[in-house]
Amino acid sequence: MRRAGVVAGGLVVLVFVFVLPVVLDPFRLNLLGKYLCFALVALGLDLLWGYAGQLSLGQSVFFGLGAYLFGMYLKLESSGGKLPDFMSWSGLTQLPAFWQPFSSPVVALVGAILIPGVLGTALGYLLSRSGIVGVYFAIVTQALAFIATTLFIGQQPFTGGTNGLTNFSTIFGLPLRDAEVQVRMFQVTAMVLAVCLAFTLWLARSRFGRLLVALRDDEQRVRFSGYNPTLLRALVFGLSAALAGLGGALFVPQVGIVNPDSLGIILGIQMVIWVAVGGRGTLIGAVVGAIVVNAAQTAVSESLPDLWQYGIGALFVATVLLFPQGLVGGSLSLWERLNQGVRGASLPGRHPHPRSAPPLPEGEAVPSKEVAV
Amino acid sequence: MSLLEVNNVSISFDGVRVLDDLSFALEPGELRFLIGPNGAGKTTLIDVVSGKTRPHAGRVTFDGADVLRLEPHQLVRRGMARKFQTPAIFPSLTVRENLEVAGGADQRQGGSWGLMRALHADIQDRIADALQLTRLNADVQTRAGLLSHGQQQWLEIGMLLVQRPRLMLLDEPVAGLTRAERDRTSQLLKGVQDRCAILIVEHDMAFVRQFDARVTVLHQGRVLVEGPLAMVQKDERVIEVYLGRLDKAEAQAAA
Repeated sequence: MRRAGVVAGGLVVLVFVFVLPVVLDPFRLNLLGKYLCFALVALGLDLLWGYAGQLSLGQSVFFGLGAYLFGMYLKLESSGGKLPDFMSWSGLTQLPAFWQPFSSPVVALVGAILIPGVLGTALGYLLSRSGIVGVYFAIVTQALAFIATTLFIGQQPFTGGTNGLTNFSTIFGLPLRDAEVQVRMFQVTAMVLAVCLAFTLWLARSRFGRLLVALRDDEQRVRFSGYNPTLLRALVFGLSAALAGLGGALFVPQVGIVNPDSLGIILGIQMVIWVAVGGRGTLIGAVVGAIVVNAAQTAVSESLPDLWQYGIGALFVATVLLFPQGLVGGSLSLWERLNQGVRGASLPGRHPHPRSAPPLPEGEAVPSKEVAV
Repeated sequence: MSLLEVNNVSISFDGVRVLDDLSFALEPGELRFLIGPNGAGKTTLIDVVSGKTRPHAGRVTFDGADVLRLEPHQLVRRGMARKFQTPAIFPSLTVRENLEVAGGADQRQGGSWGLMRALHADIQDRIADALQLTRLNADVQTRAGLLSHGQQQWLEIGMLLVQRPRLMLLDEPVAGLTRAERDRTSQLLKGVQDRCAILIVEHDMAFVRQFDARVTVLHQGRVLVEGPLAMVQKDERVIEVYLGRLDKAEAQAAA
């Protein structure tokens, strides 16, 4: 069963890397490439929410940050040694010091992963230490998305303000719009996603993964088993932030622009919907959800642009009410139920809430277990 | 030196003195019951001892270490284990996984990467032993949330045993159990009595009677009496504040 899963996964990766670039037209391929970047964010969010039970509405902040950081490299490269256009419009005469290291693509890429990762870890540590978990954590992270958007719009000389970073022309010296370059970027994205999915699956099935589920179930018992929940929360938030940053870094060259929308509240909520629709606590569900929901969004908004916002709202409500385990989680438990009659055993690939309906996805507040005196 | 020493501890919540200059000591390997009417401060005392609540005054040492300077998870690593009133287990994990999480923290030599390695044979042995003692062998693959209330209580005790503690703090381990389940719990605890010191908060006198252990009676945040149950039950003050109400009524009815 496990081997079959690995083989099937490998085949899917091969199809994405070698078949789809031939079959799909460049426009569709580019769209799919963007969805794969979103899927990276969804993976991290699923670890954080589906496993550790900590909902974040602000993953867009780390995604956008990664996008901006890699966008800084693209902007510098495209400006050909001159001051980026928006800086001179804003009256700057010299490249700000913190921009300078980003002329190196390696620094930009590593930074786009590490800076959100470190920021997420630090923030996760401080919030958890102050006892801000559950719903309160979700609210704070949403506020964070608001703050980040405001900050990036306000700092026009350094961030390009509302327009963001635009007019990218080359990456690693190659023309960005070239069909060949676009295909390569798609392939790289697909492979990075495959590696990250394999990594997170491995992590989720390790004792560390079970500890995350334990943290969701009963933080007090985790603490009284000798672990430091604050550190664990910080770690998993940092990891999810790093994955989001990586997604952002791969996103920006494929889209050719990054603006404050990439940091915003709306995107942050959409990310939660991808994971919920795909199925929390399965990781594969997060990837499927990110692709399916975004494909649906494109399809619906191409024909009925006004309707999509209602569509996604309805989809979310329907998922929560009717199909709380999402597409992948729901299919897995259906499969389990069908098989049970035959084998009387459960699937080896476990997932946190196989039979009982999971609680509403509002970020489970940790109930206080003891009664005082 | 006592294993656990509580010296002149005071704590108030919203102006109410819950622990009032309380002192208390527990010897290594000792089994002790903590009883007292509701609001006497029993759970608060356990909270203070396990590092969950910080007192406003006083000193607490566990095996010579200053409890008030340590986080709960650090105390656990020094050999203190605690059970909560309502079973605190991990419902989505199987019985075995629950025990593995409980035992896993002991394997942190070499940092958090211990979590990425297989469990030591030593901890596997402890898990097997805990399964035996709690009679959960048939349920190792069952999700803990599906166990009966009694089994969950035993699983939590099993999780403490896997930690191989020097002190177990048990907050009402037989609350909500049937008589048969209660007797099983006392059997289980008698079986591990010689392994570590045990401090049990309990309301159920029938349960306390099954052990030959000293009893500490708390009242209004102070230690009222300490001694064998038979002696404590005869104490006038205890009858007055706690056992009394009923016994006195009975005594009067008999007279």
